[in-house]
Order: sequence, then C-alpha cells, then structure tokens
Amino acid sequence: MARNPNDHPDQPRVGEGRLDRRGFLKHGATLAAVTTPAVAQATQVGGDLPWLHVPGQPFSGYGQPSPHERYTARRIGANRAVAGNGVSFTPLEDLEGTITPNGLHFERHHNGVPQIDPAQHRLVVHGRVRQPLSFDVKSLLRYPMRSQLLFIECGGNSNAGWHAEPIQRPAGSVHGLVSCAEWTGVPLSILLDEAGVDPGASWVIAEGADAGAMNMSIPLGKMRDDCLIGLYQNGERLRPENGYPMRLIVPGWEGVLHVKWLQRLEVADQPVMSRNETSKYTELLPSGKARQFTFTMGCKSLITTPSHGQTLRQPDVYQISGLAWSGHGRISRVEVSADNGRHWSDAALQSPALPRCFTRFRLPWRWDGKPAVLKSRATDEAGNVQPERAALIAERGRAGYFHYHAIVAWAVEDDGLVSHIY
Amino acid sequence: MDWFRIFIKGAALTALLTGCATPLPPRIEAPKLGTPVTADTLIAQTLNVFPDGRGLPSGQGSVAEGARLFARHCAGCHGKDGRGGTAEELTGASRPLDHPAADKTIGSYWPYATTLFDFIRRAKPMGAPGTLSADEVYALSAWLLHANGLIAADTVMDAARLAALRMPNRDGFLRIEAP
Ligand code: HEC
Repeated sequence: MARNPNDHPDQPRVGEGRLDRRGFLKHGATLAAVTTPAVAQATQVGGDLPWLHVPGQPFSGYGQPSPHERYTARRIGANRAVAGNGVSFTPLEDLEGTITPNGLHFERHHNGVPQIDPAQHRLVVHGRVRQPLSFDVKSLLRYPMRSQLLFIECGGNSNAGWHAEPIQRPAGSVHGLVSCAEWTGVPLSILLDEAGVDPGASWVIAEGADAGAMNMSIPLGKMRDDCLIGLYQNGERLRPENGYPMRLIVPGWEGVLHVKWLQRLEVADQPVMSRNETSKYTELLPSGKARQFTFTMGCKSLITTPSHGQTLRQPDVYQISGLAWSGHGRISRVEVSADNGRHWSDAALQSPALPRCFTRFRLPWRWDGKPAVLKSRATDEAGNVQPERAALIAERGRAGYFHYHAIVAWAVEDDGLVSHIY
Repeated sequence: MDWFRIFIKGAALTALLTGCATPLPPRIEAPKLGTPVTADTLIAQTLNVFPDGRGLPSGQGSVAEGARLFARHCAGCHGKDGRGGTAEELTGASRPLDHPAADKTIGSYWPYATTLFDFIRRAKPMGAPGTLSADEVYALSAWLLHANGLIAADTVMDAARLAALRMPNRDGFLRIEAP
C-alpha cells in the first residue's frame, strides 16, 4: 500500500491541480491510493485469521512466490508450429523497484531452451589467437569475477510502437522484452588474453549451444572493454532460459548479442554476417537502405503505474512510477507530463542511478477526475533525450521493426480507465 | 594494495625495456585453466561461414535436388514455394525495400549468399537442426537462390559458386556501430 507521498522526503511535493515545475502533476494521483477506511477495518479483524492460530508450512528448499501472486507471470508469444520459437515478456506493470526476479526475466528463444548438463559443456576460444583453448564450467568458476547490475533489452522490444494504431495491451506485454538483473561473471578480456589475440583481429563471433547454434558477431573492442562470461544471475547460477551454464553479457547493447548457452568464441578479422545480423536485427529506412550493427540500446522510459488496463478509482493522489534505462550510460533525468507533453515536471530518481541499469522514477500526482495524458521522457548522462514518437518515425520511417524507444503515452479517461494512445 | 603498485611499476618497467611508449594497464591475476584444442577438433566443430567463403565445406548440390529437399523438410512451415506460412516468406518479393511494407526475402534483402549455408546448416530443419549433409545444404541453398531468381535452374552449387555470387542488396546496409 502506497503511503502518502507528502510524507516522503525524497519526493517532490504535491501541488494543487496540474503537474508543475515543483513536481506536481496537474491531473494526477497514484493508483495504489492512500490507505482507505475499508483496509483499516480489515486489519482489525485479525484475531479471527486462521494463520494466527494454526502452525504454518514447514521450511522449503527453494522458496516460491505466494499463491496469491500467481498471476504475476511472463506473457508468452510463440510460433504456432515451433513452440520454442518466440518470446516471453516481463510483466513490468506488476513489479516495483529495479530488479527483475529470475523467474520473470524476459525470454527470446529461436528454437527452445536446451537442457544442458554443465559437466558436458565447454567454452572454446579460437580463431585468430595464439593458442585455441577450451574451458569447462568448473574451471571458469575459479576465475576472477565482476558483478554488475544491468538491463538486457531485446532489439525488438516495443516494436508494436511502429504500428499505425496504438496496441491495447498491458505495459509489460508490449515493452517487457527488457529486464534488469545483477550479472556476475568472468571478464572476457582475461580469457582473450589467455588465448592471446592476434593484432589483426577486430571481431569475435559468439555461438550458443541451442538447437540452431545461434551466432552473432561483436566488435573485439567492446568484448575487451566490459563484456562478461555471465555465470550468476541475481546471485544464483543462471536460469536455463537465461543461458545456463553461461551466457555472454554485453552491457548496454541489444539483447541478441548476449548469446545464451555460450559455447564458442571465434576471434576474426570481420563479422560472419549471420542471419541474425543481416536478415534480422537490421532496420530498414524509408530510403530502402538498412541500418546494421545498431548495438547500443536507446535512452528510454515508461510509466508502469498507472498504465494500460489499470483503473483509477476516484479523483485522489496517485503515485506515478516507472522505469528508465539507456545503453549509453546513467539516466540523469526523467520528466513526467500529465497533459500530453505541454508541461513537464522532474520525477524523483531512485538512487543509485547506475549506468546501463534500470532506474526507477516516481512522482506523486493529483488526478482531478478529468481526462489526462501521462507521458515520461528520459535523458541520459550522454545527453540523449528520449524522442517523441512522431520524431522517431520522421527519422526512421515505420519499417525498421527494431530499436523503438519513443515516448509512451497513457490516456486516463474521466472514468479512470487507462489506455494506450499515440 | 601493494601488489597493485608493484604491478603498475612492473608494467612501466616492461614498457621502458621494450621501448613501448604507453605503459601497460595493470593486469588482473587469474589462473590459466584453458586446455589446448587441436586443429582437427576445431575443424570438425566450427560452423561459421564468412562472406568470402571461409568455413564452407566441400560438397555440392543441384537446384532440382534442393526442390525435393525443400518440399520434404521445409515447405510445411515456409509454404510450397517458400512464400511464407507459419514461418516467414523466403521468396517472392513484390514490394521493393523503399516501400513502407517492403518484402524482405532472401532475394530482395539478404546481402550475402554464404549466410544461407551458415544458417541452414546450423539451424535447419527446426525439428532436427544440424542433421543435413553438406551436399543437402548446398542443394537447399541452390533452390532458394533459384526460387528468388538469382541463379539458373541447372546450377550445381558448391563453395566457390556460393562465395562468388553477388546478392542484389549487397550494398544495402549502413554499418552504424561497426569498427
Ligand atoms: C517447423 C517449422 C519450420 C520448418 C520445418 C522449417 N523452418 Fe525455416 N524457419 C522457421 C521459423 C519459425 C523461422 C524463424 C526463426 C527465428 O525466429 O529465428 C525460420 C526461419 C528460416 C529462415 C530465415 C528467414 C529470414 O528471413 O531470416 C530460413 C532461410 C529458413 N527458415 C529456411 C528453412 C529451410 C531451408 C528449411 C528446411 C530445411 C526450413 N526453414 C524448415 C520455421 C521452420
């Protein structure tokens, strides 16, 4: 239950009516409204609650969410003829904070989730190296590691935004091909140095051990700079659907490069021009030319509460809450508008705002019961500002499919229902 | 952090001795647990096929053989003529790439023919990837290129022909963040 935003020292104050510079959104208020008398009464009947008088469940080896939260689940969109080809979306609108629980991290698989026995898995580094090497999982677990909180976003996330009509689905079911976790693993530069990279090399081709051995080319400079062989996800070993026993972590770059079930790194002097870096994950422009090797994920934000499908019960104070992220670095600012972009107010950023990581933003809003349009606009430390949809389309056309990162607008009707509009 | 300083000093000294202008960055100390891999193992396992044909195995396949294989292994999802079904269209582009609803087929969009071999060998058919022989993959590549109007019906495809084929959209890509 949200507390009164006025009590929170970090947050801008609520003003009368519209969102003004000092942080109050004109037509607004939070969805999870202030504690109501009905709730207060419910807590007073606690004496009759069975769990106060009956011993609870015994211990469990691996904890599960409450059965009351079973509807907080990934939304699956798979190919009719190939069950393991498709995606599952993180339900962003049901989550708070910045960390995606491992069971809810988004998925994009081309041909299913391989069930890999780690004892039989090897990572081979070869190509333009002094000595081709093979590493088993146990050995890699002995190497120096680094932990980093990072988002991973599919290049195809939010692609319904290119459609002519705004799609009417929950926020996560459109924009939820992005998740954020703490990834721990071995800096790739260590393994590259051990194999001894040739001076003429400039690319590394990564390959997974799935049914299709998906391959992607990544510039050697990036690999040396900050890439990891990811072994742990939020403290535990990777989930199978996130690459167990190891995946590539490529901070801030598009999801398809974070090759899961990593089994091979071929050091080369050119990209392999695989199907997923030519036919797919390239963006057709109105000119007929296509953008290729568009690696860095753009500066982006999204209001998760209130968002599509939710209802504001009555005019009141509501807490706007959302996520911002950028592949270029830290989020430095998120502005929120309740009048379709005419006036903007700075939202409070939850600290720490880490580079290439989800940043939670919040802003109290007093909704006066009249129609309103909520938008958020992110700026990153490199100065990139999230574009309006019209500006993105003017630049890229509508056939690009990938890398949609425009401002998202939620319309609040006078009956409190929230829907997606352009 | 003494060991750290010693590393830096050592690096600076090495730079001096080798006459290298820039000092080396401090290195992370790590075990060396990689085991050498032999050339034979690598050749047997490596699937990457580069645009210049590097990585292509020996073998060959005809358009006619490819048509038979496509009907048996592929048409169920991609349609009888490769024009799309539950899976995407592979042939038959009519709307050009500057059309708002452009057809992105192998013939209209793919910049390199070698990508076909690379992808089919590793990923196809979906139900049993990696089970097609090199000859079968050449034959399927041949049929798909023929069905896209890029090679004659009597072509026998092999490593040299595949690498030499120039695709219509070869120069259609802007390399945004490539080195
Ligand atoms: C069970 C259904 C199915 C069968 C059978 C199948 N495919 Fe596919 N094919 C797909 C799907 C689904 C995709 C998209 C894969 C992805 O998302 O990575 C695809 C993608 C492709 C692509 C890439 C298309 C593009 O535009 O990027 C090619 C080429 C292809 N298939 C060729 C073949 C060939 C050749 C065969 C037969 C040997 C075959 N397929 C059999 C389902 C199938």
